Amino acid sequence: MARAGRLSLVEIILWGLRIAVVIGVVAGTWATLSAGRLEGDQWRTLVILGIAQGSVYALIALGYTLVYGVLLMINFAHGDVFMFGAMTAFFVADALAGGGFLNANPFLGLAVVLLVAMLSSTLVAVLLERIAYRPLRRAPRLVPLITAVGASLFISNSVRGLYGEQVKAYPRLDILEGSLDILGIPILKTQAMVIVSAVVLMLILYWFVERTRTGRAMRAVSEDKDTAALMGINVDRTITTTFAIGGLLAGAAGVLYALVFGQVHWFMGFLPGIKAFTAAVLGGIGNIVGAMLGGLSLGVLEQVGPNLLLSGAGVPSPNQLRDVVAFSVLVLVLIFRPYGILGRPETR
Amino acid sequence: MQKYMRWSAILVVLMLALAACQSGGGAASEEPSAEESAPPASEGAGGEDPSAVCDADEFGCVEVLEGDSIRIASALSITGDTSFLGNDSNFGIEIAIADRGEVAGHEIELVKEDAGCGDAASGQTAAQAIVADPTIVSVIGTTCSRTAVPAMPVLADAGLVMISPSNTAPSLTNPETEDFGGPFYFRTAYNDRVQGAAVAKFACEELGVTTAATIHDGSPYAEQLQQVFVDQFAEQCDGTTTSQEAINVGDTEFRSVLEPIAVDEPELLYFPIFDPEGPLITQQAQDVAGLENTILMGSDGIKDQGFLDTAGDVAEEIGMYFSGPDLSFGGTYESDFLPAYVELSGEDGPIAPYHAHGYDAANIIFDAIEAVGVEDAEGTLFIPKDALREYIAGLTDYAGLTGTLTCDENGDCGAEDVSVAQVVDGEYSEIWTTRDQ
Repeated sequence: MARAGRLSLVEIILWGLRIAVVIGVVAGTWATLSAGRLEGDQWRTLVILGIAQGSVYALIALGYTLVYGVLLMINFAHGDVFMFGAMTAFFVADALAGGGFLNANPFLGLAVVLLVAMLSSTLVAVLLERIAYRPLRRAPRLVPLITAVGASLFISNSVRGLYGEQVKAYPRLDILEGSLDILGIPILKTQAMVIVSAVVLMLILYWFVERTRTGRAMRAVSEDKDTAALMGINVDRTITTTFAIGGLLAGAAGVLYALVFGQVHWFMGFLPGIKAFTAAVLGGIGNIVGAMLGGLSLGVLEQVGPNLLLSGAGVPSPNQLRDVVAFSVLVLVLIFRPYGILGRPETR
Repeated sequence: MQKYMRWSAILVVLMLALAACQSGGGAASEEPSAEESAPPASEGAGGEDPSAVCDADEFGCVEVLEGDSIRIASALSITGDTSFLGNDSNFGIEIAIADRGEVAGHEIELVKEDAGCGDAASGQTAAQAIVADPTIVSVIGTTCSRTAVPAMPVLADAGLVMISPSNTAPSLTNPETEDFGGPFYFRTAYNDRVQGAAVAKFACEELGVTTAATIHDGSPYAEQLQQVFVDQFAEQCDGTTTSQEAINVGDTEFRSVLEPIAVDEPELLYFPIFDPEGPLITQQAQDVAGLENTILMGSDGIKDQGFLDTAGDVAEEIGMYFSGPDLSFGGTYESDFLPAYVELSGEDGPIAPYHAHGYDAANIIFDAIEAVGVEDAEGTLFIPKDALREYIAGLTDYAGLTGTLTCDENGDCGAEDVSVAQVVDGEYSEIWTTRDQ
């Protein structure tokens, strides 16, 4: 009794909310599953769709999280770094496809396209840091945030001016048509490629950050910039490296995205950018594994959530509420775990 | 540093002052002449006194000095994914201007505003830019029904008529809905009550299907068109609609929407939405188990060059259908209009379905100006705004490019012929029309 008396109003409301969420989720899921409209196969397809979509989010989210780790700033122009890689590589892909080279040598062709995208995104990310953020390193934290928004508009509108505003159709690769059968589960080849590439890239990144000298320097800078500098770490170079790695991953994500959806345009970075930022926050911003987890869970939530939670509850056209479901989960996670799934409280 | 600050502060103040002078000066010189204080004691060419006409008109007159152009505005979607639709209508308007030469002794100048499509607010922005310019006589727009809804109250307050070449949502001309465009709203496009019924007829009689599913994007156009189709499909041949799904504008992954639809294996999937969601759904439907035998059908919202560029090959391969206005207008359309279009646009042919409707909308406005405009002794043309609206509202049996147009009391003026097309050799080709029924 005495303990109950110490429960503050906020805690009571939070507990009420927790119980309401659990009841809502269980009731919605139960209603959907007992209605039995979708079967095992379809749920599996939806989950795979979610993982593929989530892998792209995760690759972009890593850029947000890495930069936040070393600079404690949100690089809102990162979505446009992603777009820039995809757009630049479009011209290479289109030229290669025009001569029939891409379908004749799909692996070499894809490697070239991927390389161009990654390099151009890296270039933009590094220039962005050098021109827009480094001069403001000692400015109050709100200043680089505003600069980032400005840089985002600058990049997207430059691309609009340079490459035009029409949607561009990415060439289709014959080798990526159709689906694979993995352990009896049919997976579209594009999705398999996206998932595999994302996993490989994330493993390389994890190894790089944990096992190499530069990775160790990055971790040191993210712990404490001044002490790291005293230890002989070149802080500026480390920060540039961080931006470059974010750019590399975003460029790769751009090509993967373009191969799945078959089209690119100047504004394509906006929504994935916002979603990836959400994923980074969901996973715990600043945490690399968290960004991967956040991206995957956001992707799966988006594809499965509306169908699972809402359709059984009799909500008409549940998929229109995809973002509502995804962002509600974000809000709930932040209420109960303010630092995200794997984040830790900020000490500075 | 401080020195810079001081200089930039002075610069900012100067710029503000300059801007204030410009807008203030403009307003001061335009407003009295446009509203009440027309030149005194002058006789119009038609024997009417302009100042009396303008005083009597609820919204006053737009004044065009001798030698000046009459300015009309277009508020269409001219940037972004749906720009094919808006640019197409603009080409129609420009051809109308070139064909007409002079209206009431003045040249015509077209002011192009971007009203967008996906975001309703951009319709309001365009309308505000237009009413801020007192020299504009009338408006042709908008491309999408969604943007017309917030644009109309702004334009109607200023007494500006808007004729849309491509809004088709039924609610815009239905006084019982919130979206109703009001007395200043007209359209040369058909009402989707007509398109939805025609698509249902095509599905029942030509395709012989009994089950269908629909997808809309929450826009008034898509939501209402698919609903009309669903109602008519049930009424005309007892067709069953297995699901009515909806998507978000801006999303790219639609297989999770298609999966639940595929459970019922509908014979027809009708998705009257826009670019780029329409082409994406067309492509992604190919990957979804259960939709292998489903006939895909889109509408005038995606029947444009943008769709052909991104998913035209898939649509051709699977024989996808597109509903839209019947473009076999006959008359001078083939002989005069299309060659002029090709020359003006630099394209091989129309990039979207609503060019001829733009042409008619422009010509109706020109006729109205000639009918109600009054000229004074100095050659200044006065165009009373409310009289202009009344003239268009009373339009009867107007012989336009798109057919014989008569405006009803709610603003529907369009000809009502609907066609169904398929992609053949990379182009839309009409295979069925209500004209033959």
